[in-house]
Amino acid sequence: MDHMISLFVRSIFVDNMIFAFFLGMCSYLAVSKTVKTAFGLGIAVTFVLLVTVPVDYALQTYVLGPNALVEGVDLTFLAFILFIAVIAGIVQLVEMIVERFSPSLYASLGIFLPLIAVNCAIMGASLFMQQRVTMEPTNAQFIGGFGDAIAYALGSGIGWLLAIVGLAAIREKMAYTDVPKPLQGLGITFITVGLMALAFMCFSGLNI
Amino acid sequence: MSKLFSEENKAAFSNPLNLNNPIAVQVLGICSALAVTSQLKPAIVMGLSVTVITAFSNVIISLIRKSIPNRIRIIVQLVVVATLVTIVSQLLKAYVYDVSVQLSVYVGLIITNCILMGRLEAFAMQNKPWPSLLDGIGNGLGYAWVLVVVGFVRELFGFGTLFGYNVIPKFLFDCGYTNNGMMVMPAMSLIIVGCVIWAHRAYNKEEK
Repeated sequence: MDHMISLFVRSIFVDNMIFAFFLGMCSYLAVSKTVKTAFGLGIAVTFVLLVTVPVDYALQTYVLGPNALVEGVDLTFLAFILFIAVIAGIVQLVEMIVERFSPSLYASLGIFLPLIAVNCAIMGASLFMQQRVTMEPTNAQFIGGFGDAIAYALGSGIGWLLAIVGLAAIREKMAYTDVPKPLQGLGITFITVGLMALAFMCFSGLNI
Repeated sequence: MSKLFSEENKAAFSNPLNLNNPIAVQVLGICSALAVTSQLKPAIVMGLSVTVITAFSNVIISLIRKSIPNRIRIIVQLVVVATLVTIVSQLLKAYVYDVSVQLSVYVGLIITNCILMGRLEAFAMQNKPWPSLLDGIGNGLGYAWVLVVVGFVRELFGFGTLFGYNVIPKFLFDCGYTNNGMMVMPAMSLIIVGCVIWAHRAYNKEEK
């Protein structure tokens, strides 16, 4: 239990998807113009992470890992294709469920929902999970069960949500500032994210 | 021969290098651009891998573009890309193992690199294989040069080396020069990319 909580907090602040690994940057930069849409996308990403990481964990443990399916066979090289298929399938499924049960949420998320399939944060979380399964159990990043996988997915999702809402809030304020012409838009956004990442670096020594 | 290198085809190749650069103008594929550029060597390997994968996936999708049902085209594209990425990842592990360890999950994340999906959707689905190949190579190289510039700056100022060889003369260190540890940290890559975009936009505006 302690390990799950530590994993959860670490993946929000220390191993933040955006500031430590730059995952999901494309939609992060494109959709952070207003706080409202940023929040919607953040929730959607968290939700998809929460479903895909445990499923991919099951795949990794029972199908792909060394000696998992057949004794003496290591299918790890198939991970890319299987993970992306799982992610694309689950995003499709989530889209249909949301459309059926909550049309208002579906309308507000719009195009972002299908685009999550190619969000690096989702694929990245699964690939990091695959790396962490093979770590030493004493390592703070170790994932050793479904509970850990869920804690990691939830933490990463909330970390991403925090980052995108923060940037959106800064960008809303920045609309009133006088930025040099060629730096406007994308350039200044990058520098802002860089400074935010510097601020988040102060969490890196955190021991929980 | 002249038909192969007509004006249109030349434009398909050269536009993404400068005016329509995937990173600086279209803001695609940022995630990996930031994460692998702390040294020059992984940056070059990553740039080349992406170039190869973009070129081949563009050609393959362009060849089968008429037989792909519209509804499932995203899945087909993802499977083609995932297969190519698996091949490249295995090749990297076989021939440049140390670099593939440095790149870690970011090789797998080429699958979700927006440049690939963007080019497949926007170009390969509508064009013949030959222009698609040129477009793929052009976009890959446009991505690679930004990576190389960022990798160059970060390795030179962060470690005082290029490709792992010391280039800063000893007497400079004796005069009190030190390596800038900030450059090695992830946050700086965001700020450098921001500055590259700034310079790129300022330069292109002068040209017009």
